[in-house]
Amino acid sequence: MMVRPKHQRLVLVTLAVAAVLGAVLLAMWGLQDRAAYFVTPSDIAAGKAEPDTAMRLGGMVVEGSLVRERDGVSIRFDVSDGKAVTPVAYRGITPDLFREGSGVVAEGRLQPSGLFVADHILAKHDERYMPPQMANEVAAR
Amino acid sequence: MIAEAGLASLWLAAALAALQLGLAAGLGGTPGRQLSSIRAVAIGQGILTVLAFASLVLLFLRSDMSVLLVAENSHSQKPWLYKFSGTWGNHEGSMLLWVMVLALAGAILALFERRLDRRTLGATLGAQAMLALGFFAFLLFASNPFERLSPAPVDGRGLNPLLQDPGLAFHPPTLYLGYVGLSVAFSIAVGGLVRRNVGPAIARAMRPWVLAAWVMLTLGITAGSYWAYYELGWGGWWFWDPVENASLMPWLAATALLHSVNVLAARGGLRAWTMMLALVAFSMSMVGTFLVRSGILTSVHSFAVDPTRGSFILALLTIYIGGALTLFAFRIATVKEGAPFEPVSREGGLVANNLLLSVILGIVFVGTLYPLLAEALSGEKLSVGPPYFDAVASPLALLLAALMVIAPQLRWRRDAAPVLPRIAPGLVVGSGVLMATIVLAPGIGLLPRLGLTLGATLVPASLQPLLNRSLRRTPLAVWGMCLAHLGVAVSMIGMASDSAFTRERLAAARPGDKIEVGPWLVEFRDITPVAGPNWTALEAELRASRGSGVVVLNPQSRFFAEPPTTTNEAAIDTSWNGQIYAVLGEQDGEGRWQLRLWWKPFVTLIWFGGCLIALGGALALIGRFFRERRPRRRGEDAFA
Amino acid sequence: MKSASRFIPLLVLLLFVGAVSWRLAVPNDEKIPSRLTGQPLPPFELQSAVEGVKGLSSRDFASGKPRLVNVFASWCVPCIAEAPLLLELQRQGVPIDAIAVRDKPVDVANFLKRHGNPFERIGSDPESQVQLALGSSGVPETFIVDGRGIIRYQHMGPIEASDLAELRQRWEQAR
Repeated sequence: MMVRPKHQRLVLVTLAVAAVLGAVLLAMWGLQDRAAYFVTPSDIAAGKAEPDTAMRLGGMVVEGSLVRERDGVSIRFDVSDGKAVTPVAYRGITPDLFREGSGVVAEGRLQPSGLFVADHILAKHDERYMPPQMANEVAAR
Repeated sequence: MIAEAGLASLWLAAALAALQLGLAAGLGGTPGRQLSSIRAVAIGQGILTVLAFASLVLLFLRSDMSVLLVAENSHSQKPWLYKFSGTWGNHEGSMLLWVMVLALAGAILALFERRLDRRTLGATLGAQAMLALGFFAFLLFASNPFERLSPAPVDGRGLNPLLQDPGLAFHPPTLYLGYVGLSVAFSIAVGGLVRRNVGPAIARAMRPWVLAAWVMLTLGITAGSYWAYYELGWGGWWFWDPVENASLMPWLAATALLHSVNVLAARGGLRAWTMMLALVAFSMSMVGTFLVRSGILTSVHSFAVDPTRGSFILALLTIYIGGALTLFAFRIATVKEGAPFEPVSREGGLVANNLLLSVILGIVFVGTLYPLLAEALSGEKLSVGPPYFDAVASPLALLLAALMVIAPQLRWRRDAAPVLPRIAPGLVVGSGVLMATIVLAPGIGLLPRLGLTLGATLVPASLQPLLNRSLRRTPLAVWGMCLAHLGVAVSMIGMASDSAFTRERLAAARPGDKIEVGPWLVEFRDITPVAGPNWTALEAELRASRGSGVVVLNPQSRFFAEPPTTTNEAAIDTSWNGQIYAVLGEQDGEGRWQLRLWWKPFVTLIWFGGCLIALGGALALIGRFFRERRPRRRGEDAFA
Repeated sequence: MKSASRFIPLLVLLLFVGAVSWRLAVPNDEKIPSRLTGQPLPPFELQSAVEGVKGLSSRDFASGKPRLVNVFASWCVPCIAEAPLLLELQRQGVPIDAIAVRDKPVDVANFLKRHGNPFERIGSDPESQVQLALGSSGVPETFIVDGRGIIRYQHMGPIEASDLAELRQRWEQAR
């Protein structure tokens, strides 16, 4: 059964369209429960964050809250956005810029108990602000 | 003076690009003489951009701090290699490099291309000039690399220490060669569509460019992955970061194009599809460049979204891609039908390959841009990371690997012979490995197990096209294909082995403590301060022993003075069956140091496989050059 | 089907351009404001960052007059850009102190020589401790502290010409 060129082209176009649609549908399905939402301690306090799904928690590390566990590699600290506080547990090496009082983004999951268990810690601290107008301003000098 | 000369060359080159576009537009009438002047103009444009780039390199090497770019990104005490690589370690310099490669590609095309007819070549060079013109405008009006700074500072602001790494120094240029190589495929497709000439000649002209670009992208991605692996100190080799995806997307499109262009060259089929892929491949390069350069999608660390530059590249991208896609939409109905084929045939296999690659590309594209889309539509901030990409793209990649077991052995047009005998060797090896993993490592996940099995199946299967041939007379292109497919198998085995068998230990240790990780016993001996040319560091001495073999690992925590930054330098020791990887963390209150150790069996196969893939591509490219010089023998193009 | 499907790629492009233009128009704001606005300064005592200029202590702010505190560093490029604007504020009579973050006396001296010195006192904060205590997450940042030592306003990023009026007004209000 050798297909005719005209017919074959139709089949190919249909396949291509199906591939594009398939990719989008597959992506949407995958994104539904795998995209990590960015939450703040207030969101968690308001019950807007679902336990046991991947998310990113952002805020400031509360002064005096950082506690090193006895094993030397686990830490606990509180993250605050000024309105609410979430306790966070992390096991691992923290980034250099991670300090009490500095901004932080923790990737991980919220336990039903309210403790946020982080898999990754990203320090949110940039030494150089470079807002848009800046580049031009420096350039103009 | 040098800066002014560089700027002048850039302006002249831009003028030549405009001239080239004008000449090409007027080519409709008498193509003879005009084509030779277009050629000359394209070559001149290439030479001038090389001069402009060379001036910038010179300014960096001489640490001329009166140039703003040098002052902001270099430092007189930096090792010369990093002064050199600092040229493209910043926005303006990297865009100049981009434009130089673009103009050079145009010049080479003008010099050597003889397969295209005059009018198509003219239209192609016109398209290339139009691309170049936009990027010249971008450089000259929105990111001039030769801007002076007055008064000149005493010394520069250094370069991000993360970028002071020999691997990274040559990483961007490799990727750029790949990105921009695809611009030629784009221009040829546009030229073909404009002249209503879409046939095997177009595919043959496109093929070496696609191959070369693909080899460069493969090398660039492999090197980038290894860089992230040893520099970031997180033990992973791919993070699905937007910047990584920006290089993966053009690679996926180029891989699909590489396969479909062969169908068009050898059999005259898949015409519209190949043109579309050529447009998509370079579009992905531009999208990738845009995403990285505008900083629109970079991580939490970025403050710098520059709307002017972002809008400029976005406008260029919209005009070029939009224009080309519109041209495609209106011309494609006039493209002739290709030669027919049956579903089970080499063509059928390549169509399946293309569809799978396109779906993976779509998934990566959607995942990369979804955070932007979601925030625009619902205002919710989110990030898409490995959980999504791993779960959605990996099964498709495995399916693609399964297809690779049989498709290269299928005949063109129709293949009625039984399939089973041809895949038997692969199935035997594969099922053996599957049994072995079930018995020896019952606890590993499904995906790594399938990866190991399919990788093992692919090893013999990828070499089978070499059977029953006289090896000496086998074209290099076939060798190239087999090697590249073998590389995919090797790389897959490395990835699966890494995710299945990696052992990790995180410990707080005092000097004298011993830590076990996998088959290794690691003794923490000491911490000593050390100093480099522009950094100081604390260095740990670790002695890792396995049986009688002992290796010393020296992970460091480095402090750079300008700008003040700390980086962790992982220590890695490679043996034939894997790598041991150590990172030094902070000291805790009780005098203990944080240590993170990994034993990663066969992880090196990932990058070794990547190199094999690139080598395969390079062999095919060399083969194509030789082939073009010899009269074609019957049946030799049977593989393509 | 066939004729419409030709335009699918264009549609994808349009979607992409739409989403990206939106982001360019509404840049992602990752700045974290200090929680200390409206609160008293945390107590600190900083050594002088450069010869000939006094160091900075939190007690210096109990003078009854509002002051500006500029968090800067000689290695920070945007700080160069805002230097003339700080000089302008000083000329208008606004007293300004500074905290030099992770800096060396030689570099600070060079910076002041080249870009002018609008500061009355400059404290050296070699490990960013005071900077972080202030809730500042980058350089440059500028705080307005009133005469009782309470932080009234935080400006993040470099001061630009368009910010002068607002800073001046906030300073007046803090009296």
